[in-house]
Amino acid sequence: MTAVLPERPARPTGGRLIDQFEYGLDAPICLTWELTYACNLACVHCLSSSGRRDPRELSTAEAEAVIDELQRMQVFYVNVGGGEPTVRPDFWHLLDYAIGHDVGVKFSTNGVKLDKRRAAQLAATDYVDVQISLDGATAEVNDRVRGAGSFATATRALENLAEAGMEDFKVSVVVTRENAGQLDQFKALTDSFGAQLRITRLRPSGRGADVWDQLHPTQAQQRELYTWLLANGDDVLTGDSFFHLSAFGEALPGLNLCGAGRVVCLIDPVGDVYACPFAIHENFLAGNVRDEGGFQRVWQSSELFADLRSPQTGGACTKCAHFDACRGGCMAAKFFTGLPLDGPDPECVQGYGETALAARDLELIAPRSHVDHSHTGPVRGQPTLLGMPALPPAKACDESPLAGLDLR
Amino acid sequence: MRGVLIDAVPSTNGAGPAVQAAPAFDAELRWRRARSVALRPEPFGALVYHFGNRKLSFLKSKTLVAVVEALGEHPSAEATLTACGVPDAQRGAYVKALADLARSQMIERRDTP
Repeated sequence: MTAVLPERPARPTGGRLIDQFEYGLDAPICLTWELTYACNLACVHCLSSSGRRDPRELSTAEAEAVIDELQRMQVFYVNVGGGEPTVRPDFWHLLDYAIGHDVGVKFSTNGVKLDKRRAAQLAATDYVDVQISLDGATAEVNDRVRGAGSFATATRALENLAEAGMEDFKVSVVVTRENAGQLDQFKALTDSFGAQLRITRLRPSGRGADVWDQLHPTQAQQRELYTWLLANGDDVLTGDSFFHLSAFGEALPGLNLCGAGRVVCLIDPVGDVYACPFAIHENFLAGNVRDEGGFQRVWQSSELFADLRSPQTGGACTKCAHFDACRGGCMAAKFFTGLPLDGPDPECVQGYGETALAARDLELIAPRSHVDHSHTGPVRGQPTLLGMPALPPAKACDESPLAGLDLR
Repeated sequence: MRGVLIDAVPSTNGAGPAVQAAPAFDAELRWRRARSVALRPEPFGALVYHFGNRKLSFLKSKTLVAVVEALGEHPSAEATLTACGVPDAQRGAYVKALADLARSQMIERRDTP
């Protein structure tokens, strides 16, 4: 970086909360903590390119130390994910440890470990919320992206939670081109378990970058989604992830602002702290919880987060009439599609994103994450979206009668 | 809910189970910060979180933060406002803010002096 940095603007007194949030908080409101990169599935759009466990994963003692620190900083709850967090053998211990230290836990799972016993245990625990991931309201749509059998696993977990009397568990859906027409079906399915629906936005992060062109909702679907959210938004959670849709007109409920490094951040399984769960890339890496001063020092003093904590003043978007509604959209979506961070979101509902994507330099290679824990071998129930995996022929002559023959 | 002194966050991040309705706010009575509520100081005021109903609110004035913290030490909410030096002209806004906090169960009645 250059030695001379522009002076950062000072925080205003009073005014709107959204303006205050742009300058950051003493501790995050919404902290995502991915406990492991290990996962039994191989979803095509995995935001963290998960699959294999990282040998440098935080130990139980290190994870407890992070929880102690979150308690001191008064981070009231964490969103735990992965990978599949429940495959960590100490997952249930860490869950109890966090709750015992005033850090509520909301965890996302594909349901693989939620048998009747665990469901009963969760139902009896305060301050825990469970989200079961499902990306299709039918097995056909879901299993194409999440893998064969994953719909059955998720619905079995939902049944177990409902039967155990668990309250307010969630079904968590990433909206794609293939399931965008199933919103009412998702709502009905969720209602049938007495659960609550949560829908979030597909980002071109992790393996999501490989399928984004194919899976991100069309402009027409975005318009339908917006209308659907206005009609159903009170009963449906969104994690404030669709704020780019606010530029259609009426603001959606929630925080219409990119919270990266301001109110949101990610701690990854090896303790690296990124500005947001969708920004696992060295450009957004602020530090590591193992560094001196721990997480608090990273959150409060890292140069990267300080840079993110100022209002956007330049760029094409600030001149747009809708800038106050969408604030330029999602940083990660722009970054991983190779768009400038002060320009439009690739899914800008005013159409500026499509123009910007079309105008990209043909030579441009969109940035890729340096972190990839994807399975390297075949996985049981591999997703079929990208076609069937090529199987090696059982015998050499199944492929060609002359294969392997030395004809010299 | 958006006010001069408080913003409450709509529950798009996951509201928890609903708890029974709170009684109406009476500034002559004894109040305190609810026992399941934590308060975190921030540069603009404070963030309050209810562990039971998972509601999050933002107190946008340092004086209001002082009032909420001191409620439990005074014989009434009115007395707390006086003790914290809230000017007469702003009392109405503060009583309304406390009423909102009572409705979202961030503050609760107490019987002990």
